[in-house]
Amino acid sequence: MTSATFSIWRGAAGEGKFFKYTTEISEGMVVLDAVHKIQAEQANDMAVRWNCKAGKCGSCSAEINGIPRLMCMTRLNQLPLERPVTIEPMRSFPSIRDLVTDVSWNFRVKKQIKKFKPRPPDVADGSWRMQQEDVDRVQEFRKCIECFLCQDVCHVLREHHKHEEFIGPRFFVYVAALEMHPLDTENRVEELAKAKGIGYCNITKCCTKVCPESITITDNAIIPLKERVVDEFYDPIKRLFRAIRGQ
Amino acid sequence: MPQAAVSTKRGLGTTERRDLWWVEPLAVALGLLGFIIYATWAAFQGNHYYFGPYISPFYSPEVFGDSQHSWFGPVPAWWPAFLPFSPALLILWAPGGFRVTCYYYRGSYYKALWADPPACAVGESRGGYRGERSFPLIIQNIHRYFLYLAVLFLFFLAYDVWKALWFTDAAGAVHFGIGVGTIVLAVNVFLLGSYALGCHSMRHLIGGRHDELKNAILGRNCYNCVSALNRNHMRWAWCSLFWVAFSDVYVRLCSMGVWTDWRII
Ligand code: SF4
Ligand code: SF4
Ligand code: FES
Ligand code: FES
Repeated sequence: MTSATFSIWRGAAGEGKFFKYTTEISEGMVVLDAVHKIQAEQANDMAVRWNCKAGKCGSCSAEINGIPRLMCMTRLNQLPLERPVTIEPMRSFPSIRDLVTDVSWNFRVKKQIKKFKPRPPDVADGSWRMQQEDVDRVQEFRKCIECFLCQDVCHVLREHHKHEEFIGPRFFVYVAALEMHPLDTENRVEELAKAKGIGYCNITKCCTKVCPESITITDNAIIPLKERVVDEFYDPIKRLFRAIRGQ
Repeated sequence: MPQAAVSTKRGLGTTERRDLWWVEPLAVALGLLGFIIYATWAAFQGNHYYFGPYISPFYSPEVFGDSQHSWFGPVPAWWPAFLPFSPALLILWAPGGFRVTCYYYRGSYYKALWADPPACAVGESRGGYRGERSFPLIIQNIHRYFLYLAVLFLFFLAYDVWKALWFTDAAGAVHFGIGVGTIVLAVNVFLLGSYALGCHSMRHLIGGRHDELKNAILGRNCYNCVSALNRNHMRWAWCSLFWVAFSDVYVRLCSMGVWTDWRII
């Protein structure tokens, strides 16, 4: 058996520091296993949030060697173990204790997004007809597990703290799933441009890089939404036509 | 939103990342700056931009100029003497604007040249941030208009390839032929075409703006083709950037007599 050292941020309400723990590791272990082992053997009071251990619940988000990742999906053999592996809570959200952050801001943001509003049913039995390809396009967005790693890495939240004016990549994905849905009739473009702050995104694609579900957040969700915003607000010829048509 | 910073370390370049996060922005910065320096130098030269039936893509379309490719003859007399003249300066703003406002390049030069952020999960130095919401960066939203121009330029460059198939011999007779330069210019159109047609604005206009692809203007297959090009937009962007500069180098060195243009047919 070999051992590895982990440098884990511990503290509460933003005050804290890194503590080093050395523990034995074995083949196939993930970071969350190591954290649990340390918790069991050396630090019983260490707070860590987790649930499925299968990359599906989105609870165990943290920053491992500085990169936002799921602890349960990061194998130790993917990490350089010569130096201590740093494990920190997500930085874009207020820290509660140790590795646990308060992500409730995300749920408040989600509530403020206009809900799905389908057109009237296509047939008398109350059902609709959709093309597979149209559904396929939004299907990618529905893979989201709400781990909020994309929100964590996004510099608009992480560095510039625009939480009041910017909903973040996770919710652009959510809006895209609704806005591009073939049945949906709601229009969310104006609020995207204004209250939801899509213009703050400078398409640096960090969100796409960290998404554990490999959702092409920037290219397939954010940029198409930005283009829809351009249609309504920044395209001079389109505006002219709308003015002529009196819309 | 109360922000309880986890780590007290803040500022440019602060990160717990262990990988070589600075390599990618550095490579992008060197690539972009290298291109800008060469393109500016080449545009101001105003000579050695044509050779035989070839014209450098930096100088095409040649609105005014001395070569056989010129549309309206030599530099007009009314051109103010204090302004430097080069046929490239008249047109390069269009492809330049297209690249500057391209979504891919924006994302990469905001990192590499402006450090906002320097790399993912790496600290920044600036406090204030306005993004593309307000002046000046709100202008980036004009990208689709540069796309229209870029598509027009593709036709001009394709026509240059056609002209590069006809060689004049010593007796003044015109023959069909293919030289290495013809291939260089043809590859340039192929790469620029793949870059421009895979543009995100193109993807939107060709069908992405509809929730039902059956309404796409040229049908769903066209949308799918554009999406396929778009998936590799970054690669097309770099290959076409390199090749357009190389095409200029090729024509320039042939014209200067440094390189010999081999005829294949
Ligand atoms: S692409 Fe936009 S949303 Fe995604 S991390 Fe970058 S700035 Fe944030
Ligand atoms: S989009 Fe990806 S990174 Fe963001 S919350 Fe969903 S699964 Fe996580
Ligand atoms: S524990 Fe569920 S995603 Fe890691
Ligand atoms: S997005 Fe890159 S050329 Fe339009």
